[in-house]
Amino acid sequence: MCSDRTSIENRSSLLTMEHIEKVFNGDVVALKDMNLQINLGDFVSLLGPSGCGKSTALRLIAGLLSPTSGSIQWSGGQSLDDLSIVFQEPTLMPWATVAKNVWLPFRLRGQSYKAVKSRILNVLSLVGLENFEDAYPRELSGGMKMRVSIARALVTNPRLILMDEPFAALDEITRLKLDNDLLELKEKIGCTVVFVTHSVFESVFLSDRIVVMAARPGRVIRELQIDAPYPRSGGFSTSVEYAEYNRTVSDALKDAMALAA
Amino acid sequence: MNAKSSFTLTIDTDELKRARRERINRIAKWILPSTVLVLSLFIWHFYVTINEVPHYILPGPLKVAESTVTDWEILWPATLVTWRLTMWALVMAVAGGVILAVAFTQSRWVEMSFFPYAVILQVTPVIAVAPLLQIYVDSAFLAALLCAWIVAFFPILSNTTIGLKSADHNLQDLFSIYGATRWQRLRYLAAPSALPFFIGGLKIAGGLALIGAVVAEFVIGRAGTGLGLASTLLEASYRFNFGRLYAALILISLMGVVIFVIMSLISHLALRHWHESALKREQ
Repeated sequence: MCSDRTSIENRSSLLTMEHIEKVFNGDVVALKDMNLQINLGDFVSLLGPSGCGKSTALRLIAGLLSPTSGSIQWSGGQSLDDLSIVFQEPTLMPWATVAKNVWLPFRLRGQSYKAVKSRILNVLSLVGLENFEDAYPRELSGGMKMRVSIARALVTNPRLILMDEPFAALDEITRLKLDNDLLELKEKIGCTVVFVTHSVFESVFLSDRIVVMAARPGRVIRELQIDAPYPRSGGFSTSVEYAEYNRTVSDALKDAMALAA
Repeated sequence: MNAKSSFTLTIDTDELKRARRERINRIAKWILPSTVLVLSLFIWHFYVTINEVPHYILPGPLKVAESTVTDWEILWPATLVTWRLTMWALVMAVAGGVILAVAFTQSRWVEMSFFPYAVILQVTPVIAVAPLLQIYVDSAFLAALLCAWIVAFFPILSNTTIGLKSADHNLQDLFSIYGATRWQRLRYLAAPSALPFFIGGLKIAGGLALIGAVVAEFVIGRAGTGLGLASTLLEASYRFNFGRLYAALILISLMGVVIFVIMSLISHLALRHWHESALKREQ
């Protein structure tokens, strides 16, 4: 295995969700008794059928929702300021250029464009969009828009990046490419990622931990560890190991579906 | 090289066809309406001369042109008055509409309290309000301005209010995550999202401001306080001076066209980079 990586057990905790419950409109239980620990450097996928509360969990972590009961504890000095989010849609401001879109998190913290310009250009080249800083979103393809969205999430160097099915709306080829690039970026930057997806293959390829969830009520039914070393751009996606992980995760997902039915 | 040139050739026949079609369209866009105009003027002229229609029923185009020249001393100052009236009404409608829309979206209480009255102001026919304004407001210009404003401000208010509320939900969440202040939300998210809606309202308000000004002049100008073009038009009709009446009518129409062009230009300049309405589709 990769030697310079802290093994999963030794990573220090970033945040802990304890007995989280979220009820909408008084009777719709979106999440029931969710317990999850996220450690620094993790790539955790939340995998499950629609209605299993995976997006709700993400929004709880982001502070966009507050839990009905239970608590989310951030460890030592970490806080909401340290996170960014990537949605399923690129969620760009159509009236602003690529660079101005990436500037947004800084702008909202009162930092001038000039002061952070080099960081913006830097992150744009990191996601493969050098020379596109003056383009408007409408001039870009779906994959490129998603890259801008990722650049915006990365530019502040957050400790935690939340991704809500970010590549679900893209075509398969673009999606594979972005999956690969995402792993590379994560290695380079060393951030923590919580990734919501409904694709078994994507979750196995990307994650070191997969949290399988079931619906009605939304809850965690299994946590699986994917021990394959990073980087995984080489032969991982065609290996026997990958196929076996896929089967294990698929089985777990089937169990989740059976529970909901 | 050979393969490449034959490839370009196959494109060229199509391209040539399209280029020709575009060229024809470009010319036709001007030639056709101009032809219609000239033809109509001819038909009008010959109808009037052949049937010997008296000029106090329908003046011929030459008579109208003559009136435009001889009455220019009357018509031009009147045009300026109506123009000033319309533009002031529009500027005030923009200011009032936008300020109120921002207040509505910033505070639900303000919206609940005042929106019904904004609607009442809008649905009450201005022609019914104008005589009252004439009584309460000393200056005829100011009374007319108020009338035109009442008519013009509502589309700006309602469009801008919808626009300010129409920001993308994920972007709103993003702003929450980054801890945006209320002002930042308004300035960087709600306002740009509202811009296309506001401009839609502005286009309607531009036309309505002129209509409001004309209606106001009709009602208020009747009291002998001649105002602008519409008052001139009304007065000309009392005097059976139909040459002047038509000249005034044409000037009012032209003013409407000028307003429309200005609004379209503003819309183009504001939205050309990003909004669907301003984009030319390829193919």
